[in-house]
Parts: sequence; C-alpha cells; structure tokens
Amino acid sequence: MPEVLKAPLAVEFPFTRSLGPVQSAFLTGLRERVVLGVRTKGGRTLVPPVEYDPVTAEEIRDLVEVAPTGTVTTWAWNHEPRRGQPLDTPFAWVLVRLDGADTALLHALDAPGPDAVHTGMRVRVRWAEERSGAITDIACFEPYEGEPDQPTGHSGEFADAISGIVAFARLDYTYSPGRAQSEYIHALSERRTVGERCPSCRKVYVPPRGACPTCGVATAEHVEVGPRGTVTTFCIVNIKAKNLAIEVPYVYAHIALDGADLALHGRIGGIPYDQVRMGLRVEAVWTEGARYPDHYRPTGEPDAEYDTYKELL
Amino acid sequence: MTRDIAVVAFAQTDHRRTTDELSEVEMLMPVLHEVLDATGLKTADIGFTCSGSSDYLAGRAFSFTLALDGVGAWPPISESHVEMDGAWALYEAWTKLLTGDADTALVYSYGKSSPGSVRDVLTRQLDPYYVAPLWPDSVALAALQARALIDAGDTDEPALAAVASRSRQEAAANSHAQLRGSVPQGDYLVRPLRTGDCPPIGDGAAAVVLAAGERARELCERPAWIRGIDHRIEAHSLGVRDLTDSPSARLAAEKAGAFERPVDTAELHAPFTSQEVVLRKALRLDDSVRVNPSGGALAANPMMAAGLIRIGEAAAGIHRGESDRALAHATSGPCLQQNLVAVLEGDPR
Ligand SMILES: [Zn+2]
Repeated sequence: MPEVLKAPLAVEFPFTRSLGPVQSAFLTGLRERVVLGVRTKGGRTLVPPVEYDPVTAEEIRDLVEVAPTGTVTTWAWNHEPRRGQPLDTPFAWVLVRLDGADTALLHALDAPGPDAVHTGMRVRVRWAEERSGAITDIACFEPYEGEPDQPTGHSGEFADAISGIVAFARLDYTYSPGRAQSEYIHALSERRTVGERCPSCRKVYVPPRGACPTCGVATAEHVEVGPRGTVTTFCIVNIKAKNLAIEVPYVYAHIALDGADLALHGRIGGIPYDQVRMGLRVEAVWTEGARYPDHYRPTGEPDAEYDTYKELL
Repeated sequence: MTRDIAVVAFAQTDHRRTTDELSEVEMLMPVLHEVLDATGLKTADIGFTCSGSSDYLAGRAFSFTLALDGVGAWPPISESHVEMDGAWALYEAWTKLLTGDADTALVYSYGKSSPGSVRDVLTRQLDPYYVAPLWPDSVALAALQARALIDAGDTDEPALAAVASRSRQEAAANSHAQLRGSVPQGDYLVRPLRTGDCPPIGDGAAAVVLAAGERARELCERPAWIRGIDHRIEAHSLGVRDLTDSPSARLAAEKAGAFERPVDTAELHAPFTSQEVVLRKALRLDDSVRVNPSGGALAANPMMAAGLIRIGEAAAGIHRGESDRALAHATSGPCLQQNLVAVLEGDPR
C-alpha cells in the first residue's frame, strides 16, 4: 500500500443574503446602536427578532426597541477561542435576555474568568467601533452593574436601511483521496496511467474510484492503459477561465485510453481547435515535474472507427 | 398504518478517528455488502435506496453521488438522498414502503469528519444572519445547554461524568465503538463540558435493510417491526427554546407510540452527556430501561450515521432476542433541535 496522499483544501465562500424587513431593521439598528425586537400577536417580544412567529408562524412586523442591557440566562466558558469567534481572548458564550425582551440573544461576554460569570448576572452591549449592519456590530457583552438602560422608543424606521449581508465563510480540510485514487495518482507521477478492473463485469475504470458503479463491488486489479487513446467526444471552450493561462478557444475532450472502459477528460493541443474530431487518436503530453499530463496531442494515426468507441461515449 | 415494516438487517463500520486510506465509497461499501449478504438480496432486488450524508464534513462536493458507486446503481435504481442523518433517510424509506411502491429498502449513511474540523463545520448549519457569523462551535452550544441544566438542578458535573463513564463501559463490548472502557473525563473543553462529556470525532458508516410484511419474515428470523416512527423540530433560535427540555423529542415519542407500553431498551442519540439528561426526562425513561447498551454516541459518533446506528442497534437487539420492545432516537441540529423517535418490537417469543 503506497503512502496515503494528503493535501490542504480550503473551501471559502461569501454568501450574499437578502434580508426580510424585520432582519433589515434589526441589523440596521445595530449599526445605529439601537436594539430592536419584534412583538408577537401574543404580546411576547422576540430579540433577536424574526419575520415569522416561531409558535404560530404568523407574519410579525411590530418592531419595538429594547435596552442594550440585560441578564445572562445561561453561559459557557470558552478558554480557547476559535477562528471567527467574537473575541480572541478567553470569554464566555452567553444567552442574554435584554431588558424588555422575552427571549435571549446568543453572543460573547468579555469577562476575566469563569468565576466572574454566573447565570442571572447583569450585562450590557459593547458596541463595535466600526459597524456595518451585522450581528458583529455588537462586539460582545460586558458586565454591568447599573440600572437597565432606557430605550429611546425608536420606531424601527431607518432612512438608509441595509437590504442584505455578505457572510464570509472558510473551512479548512486535509484532503485524502482514498486507496484507489492514491494509487492512480502515484502511478501518474511515474507517467503511467493505471486503472482498476471490476472483478464482476471486467470493465476497466480510469481513473478508478475503488468501486464499480454498475456492479457495486470493489475494484482492485491494476491495469495499465494507454498511453494512446481516442477522442470520443469534445467541446470547444471559448471563455477564458480565471487563473488559467490557456488561450481560448481550445478543445476539451473525453478521451478513451486504449484498454480503458471509461473515458477520462483532458485538453487537446498540437492541432487547431477546429480540426479536432471524434475518433481522433491522441497521446498524453507530459511537462517536466508535473504529476499529470498537461494535455493530449494527435498521434498521427488514422482516426478510430466509430464502432470501436461508441460504447464509451 | 396498513403495512408492517421491519428492520431486517443492520451493519456498521468500525468507527475510527481517521480513515485517510479510504475514500467515502471505500469506507461505505463493506457495510452495504454486509447487509445485502445478511438478507441474501442483491441491489437489483431492492425496491428503494435512500442515503444520508453531508458534503461539508469532508469538504467533498457531491460525495453522495460517488458513494452511490458502492451500491451498483445499474440498471437505474429508485434512489433518494437526504442531507441529514441516515435516520431521516430511514424515515423516507419507511414512508416509501408504506405506500406499497416498494417491499424492500436499503438505507445507508456515512460521515468522514477527519478531513475537517467538525466543531467549525457545524457552525454552518446555524442561522446565517444572527448566529453563524459568531462561529459558535458545537461544543459551545452544548455547553450552554449543560449549564442551563445544572442551573435548573437537573444534573451536576459528577452526574454528567457518570453518564460518560457508563457509556464507555457499555461500549467495551462493542467492537465497532471508538471510545471503549475506561476513558478519562479530562479537562474542560468548553466549561462545564469536559472532553469526556463530548463525543469522539471520527469516521464511519452504517446500513440498514427494511422490508414489509411477509418479505420481512423471509429475510430475517426475528424482524424488528417499526411500530411507530415520527420526527419533530423546534424553533431554530436557541434563545426561544427551553434548553432543559425537549418538547420535540417528547411529541415524536408520543406520536410513535412510545408511551403506550414500556420499552426494555432505549438507544439515544445524545452526543453530549447533558443531552442524555434531557432525553431521559422527555422520553420518560426510568431505571428499568437499559439505555445505550451499545455505548451510544459518546462511544462512537460518526456524523450523519450515529442516528441511523441507534435504530440499527435497537433493531439488532431484537434480532438477537435480547430485546422485545425498544425505543430508538436520533437527533439533528444544535442542542437537540430536531428529534426522531422510532419504536421497534420483535414478535412474541
Ligand atoms: Zn462491474
């Protein structure tokens, strides 16, 4: 068994999300240092506010300002903050019921240690210096000894309310491709293309994924295929991809390597794009130090007969 | 209900911290073969196939389509997938069998948490406007629930440690489990939860075969009949919920008929010790009920499979004649947000 291959993989995505009227008012309010709740028909004030009553599912729009002070309803001490969390020094996660609200808001509490935190303790909002209309406009909560702050009676109407947020996310992985694909990649680094044969239907899969998708059994028997193959079908790419140095138009093709029962795909070079055709015979072109073929070029052989590759389309 | 439907086979992998040497389909395939072999069925004999998984765990897009390679989906099969624990895939398969469209179903699920950081990955399931931007990890949210329980007088740290210890001791007899025997309670991870209060992070897969009526009796000596199954969800905002209770688990249990007669065994999907406290109360489980003889999710918690495994373990107890009426529970979301309860019975002996 060759060494297990591993590579770092970061999945990063900004989600652009539009806001409903209640969410928009709440997040715009945070930008203006105003905390808004929403009143249900049953008379409860929900903070953070939602568009629909969580009990009755009624649409709710009755905005009401609450105080930036409140009471901790439960807490948890986080001595090792993780990436993206509100504070980078040890803090308490808290649910806080703000004065005037009937439900609690999740956030961080800046406190010197777990002994300084208890359920029922009084806290107030610490506003972020720069605010954009996001839950992070509340930097965190902090301990507070005074009287409940009095809300100003804000209507919830803002001249320049935000209509959306951009939520960034990043997750980091260490990718490992598994047994079959690891062996395939190891062989490629020696400029050999090695597939696996299904013990049941005898088909040779390139690249192998460890299982025959038709029979549902493990593949294991190694079969070297190629180095030549046949273009089974292709397309002409006319739009330049980001971060890709290849000039357009170019041809991207399905290529059935000799001995393989599954076509892999690759770029066709060494021939004008408008002369590529089904049945064209090609071979891999390797560049120095690369772990996989850079592209495939014509071998000069006569084209393959359609009947020889029609099952591989 | 017009048809009796039973779990007739169950298999699971050995759950391990990492399975670098295996792709998801390579990890999954042996359990698929195991349940098919146990029933003598081939893929072509299966009326409906349903799976549960999440691409976010391993960061591998459309991994569930690759996993299907392990099924052998040709000629084309009737198939579905849920981005949830496999217990919900089983629920879908159960409804499919109820309609009479199929007599047998293959249900499987798998999760490879080792390539990523599951505590952070799970933040992405939270409210994207008010909660996800704060990145509250899964242990932090469970710790808020644990603190609420302690404050309410429902438990304390020694009681939580006892749940952890009992679970891993039970798991000593379960060769598939990841944490077995004596496991130190450890330091605080997010106070009041210690490492011992939290589930192991690992990779694993499970599969179940369902069959209806006489077909079930042909395939299994003592089928585990699903007498009732139901799932319920609570509001997504943690601050709206009473974290010391689980009305959704209670209602699901009621709808599944769990309270009609006592059960002898319960397999609870409680990844955190404190959640077992909530579930015992909501599901009215007293000391006469054997809870998590498998060790439960505290002994092995392959994401997306751990709930299906609860149903599988409860069924396997009935298959072996060790249980006559069992409750199986699965959960999803933070702090037991969503809960599924199934009641399984064996024929009288
Ligand atoms: Zn095959």
